[in-house]
Amino acid sequence: MAQEPPPVPPPLALVGAAKSFGAVKALQGVSLELRAGEIHALCGENGAGKSTLVKMIAGVHRPDEGHVEVDGAPIEFARPADAQQAGVAVIYQEPTLFPDLSVAENIFMGRQPLARGRRIDRPAMHAATEALFARLGVHIDPARPAKGLSIADQQLIEIAKALSLQARVLVMDEPTAALSGVEVERLFTVARSLRDSGAAILFISHRFDEVFDLCDRITVMRDGRYISTDPVAELTVDAVVRKMVGRDIAALFPKQDTEPGEVVLEVEGLTRTGVFSDVGFTVRAGEIVALAGLVGAGRSEVVRAVFGVDPYDSGRVLVNGRPLRKGRPAAAMAAGIALVPEDRRQQGLVMELSVERNATLTRRWALSRFGWLRRSTEERTAREWTRRMQVKAGSLSDAVATLSGGNQQKVVLAKWLSTDPAVLIVDEPTRGIDVGTKSEVHRLLSELAGRGLAVVMVSSELPEVLGMADRILVMHEGRVSAELSRAQATEESVMYAATGQREDAA
Amino acid sequence: MSAVSTSAQPPLQEHGGGDAKADRKLRQVREVGILLALVLLVVATTIVNPNFLSAQSVRDLLLGATLLTILAVGQTLVIVTRSVDLSVGSILGLSAFAVGSLFAAFPTMPVPVAIIAGVLVGTVCGAVNGALVALARVPALVVTLGTLYIFRGIDYWWASGKQINASDMPSAFLGMGRASVLGIPVLALVAVLVVAVVGWYLTSYRSGRELYAIGSEPAAARLSGIPVDRRIFMAFVANGTLAGLAGVLYAARFGTLDATVGTGLELQVVAAAVVGGVAIFGGSGTVLGAALGAVLLTTIGSALPILRVSGFWQQAVVGLLILTAIGLDRVLAVRAERKLRGGQSRGA
Repeated sequence: MAQEPPPVPPPLALVGAAKSFGAVKALQGVSLELRAGEIHALCGENGAGKSTLVKMIAGVHRPDEGHVEVDGAPIEFARPADAQQAGVAVIYQEPTLFPDLSVAENIFMGRQPLARGRRIDRPAMHAATEALFARLGVHIDPARPAKGLSIADQQLIEIAKALSLQARVLVMDEPTAALSGVEVERLFTVARSLRDSGAAILFISHRFDEVFDLCDRITVMRDGRYISTDPVAELTVDAVVRKMVGRDIAALFPKQDTEPGEVVLEVEGLTRTGVFSDVGFTVRAGEIVALAGLVGAGRSEVVRAVFGVDPYDSGRVLVNGRPLRKGRPAAAMAAGIALVPEDRRQQGLVMELSVERNATLTRRWALSRFGWLRRSTEERTAREWTRRMQVKAGSLSDAVATLSGGNQQKVVLAKWLSTDPAVLIVDEPTRGIDVGTKSEVHRLLSELAGRGLAVVMVSSELPEVLGMADRILVMHEGRVSAELSRAQATEESVMYAATGQREDAA
Repeated sequence: MSAVSTSAQPPLQEHGGGDAKADRKLRQVREVGILLALVLLVVATTIVNPNFLSAQSVRDLLLGATLLTILAVGQTLVIVTRSVDLSVGSILGLSAFAVGSLFAAFPTMPVPVAIIAGVLVGTVCGAVNGALVALARVPALVVTLGTLYIFRGIDYWWASGKQINASDMPSAFLGMGRASVLGIPVLALVAVLVVAVVGWYLTSYRSGRELYAIGSEPAAARLSGIPVDRRIFMAFVANGTLAGLAGVLYAARFGTLDATVGTGLELQVVAAAVVGGVAIFGGSGTVLGAALGAVLLTTIGSALPILRVSGFWQQAVVGLLILTAIGLDRVLAVRAERKLRGGQSRGA
């Protein structure tokens, strides 16, 4: 293991890299050095900028500021092929396979072994594929199409692909999320042997046991910034968690105290195979219940199933004691559930339509007489709700696309609140919204709860969860790993549960 | 399922599950199915009218299928990348008229030069399409709908009402359209050659496989370093070139050319490819399938009148065939997926 900084320049380094998407600064002034013969861990919360960093190394994103260095010399990766050429292989969080093509072709696309006349040598390609799988200790028919493979097997193909590149730099973005224990062990054996043969490896994982088991150094990022890099020997899980959260919780989130009323929403043993299992919780009138957890823990999937957009295999949902038919959003709406979706541009709004059309979209039938939707009624309702939500728009006939993110979110809220729901489900209510409007959305949610609405909030932002929620359900890999009251919840306790750690280990 | 481990290492864990052999068989069903339909149709028609299988009418059939086959092969190159080219009918018309006008203007021109010129007209048109789709990133459907009218417009402007007749072209050129080797028309042999070469290229060359990769998952194709834009551009250029070739063959075969040549052909071409099992969303399908689709459509066109089926029903049958083909594809895809998953779910 490397202790002293090696005299040779690192095979790959990031120097002062910054990247913005619109107004969102995904990465600011991040420097990172991947040394030969070392496994380097990258830790950080959701949205800390890890994936942006990976895409920069992979040549998908170009840094706005700073640069990538290969062997100490600045280099520009204009496209993924450039990074590949420089010996960088990336295993992405989501497998990126060609479903129609064979397993072997997926591994060797663009680099197929050639026979005479630059013809693809299929037997050689299949043999090489078998050899790669043998190194991983598995067998998958090289000739079968990638279609129909489980996520774990798809991930194995990605790993085999990276192996076949004989990369000097290997980046693994949460490669173990879908793997079983045995497969993870195999992957680690391969990773260690690659390291020992001189490769530089960047490993991203939310599982601390894996990080501490496998890695030599750990870099922590938070809010798109570089925080620290230390050898594993000098760190503990506690220290890493503290560095990952390390924020002051300002009294930014004023949740009014309310007396919880009757149980409005009951979810019992909700299961969808492979996505989430045995999820149960209740929400009372006047209560805000937060669903916390890491991206991919299954939170959005649960609320989508509750609302009936997604199917579920077993379990049931009750509203005011009456069971809800599954898979029917219309039934959910009739029972008084409203869902403000995660992605307001794709799922929440019709971007080209006017503010008033969007605001009344959920009430087309209630507002129409004999099937005739009258403009004046529409306008009156929209005006009423945009006033109550304090939507700042030039005119109600402007397209929603012209509004700021925060105001768009208020229009989505208006659209759903106008249905007079008993349960409001909000998925990432303040994502991509500036700080000022954020607290306005928080005030609104708190007020609504104060008026007796049952609120379920899915949020990846810990301060928001801690500030707003009366109760917090933490999800980890499709299960509820902890239920915390407002008094019990701290950034650390939520983070522990979200990463599947036991708190008593602290 | 037996684990096929040949090494003496610890036993390999069998992964993936499912029945991959059954999947391969299912995919062959597609081409066998078209062949079967073709045989049935020919047998039925021959029973009604034995003349249907005479040497002359078989030759007519092959000639008829030639142009559609070449165009369907070109279209397959484009469709597997998840694009479509609607301008092929216009390209064919333009290239045919170009060849005719060249001969009319320079009667002594050597035949090969005229052929090459006609093919190049197609190449240029294909390059225009490819540049607009790949570089300007405009959806192919819209681009080629536009160039369909533009190329046709150029054709009209050029022809300005004139017509070119067989007498304007040298007999050596026209003879090519009538010549045959061992009873098989030369033009049909050209089509067979095109199918063989393009089919070979698509299965055996890196860039050919990359076309499938692009159509199967464009985002993954970019991530794995495939020059997506260049490949799509080249697919359109190749398709234009083949449409140009088809235009030259049209001129040689029919001899009478005006600005309306090839009008409406593009939809037949897409139909042939779809009937032949080329997935309209890219990623799968073979050139052989598309060619068989073209032959089947042509055969239907000449068999139904013999079977005394009215014009309306002829159109309806083609429509029905397309819907059947798509339905069959769907059923096969669902079955293949079930087979591949093999029902054995491993705990994640």
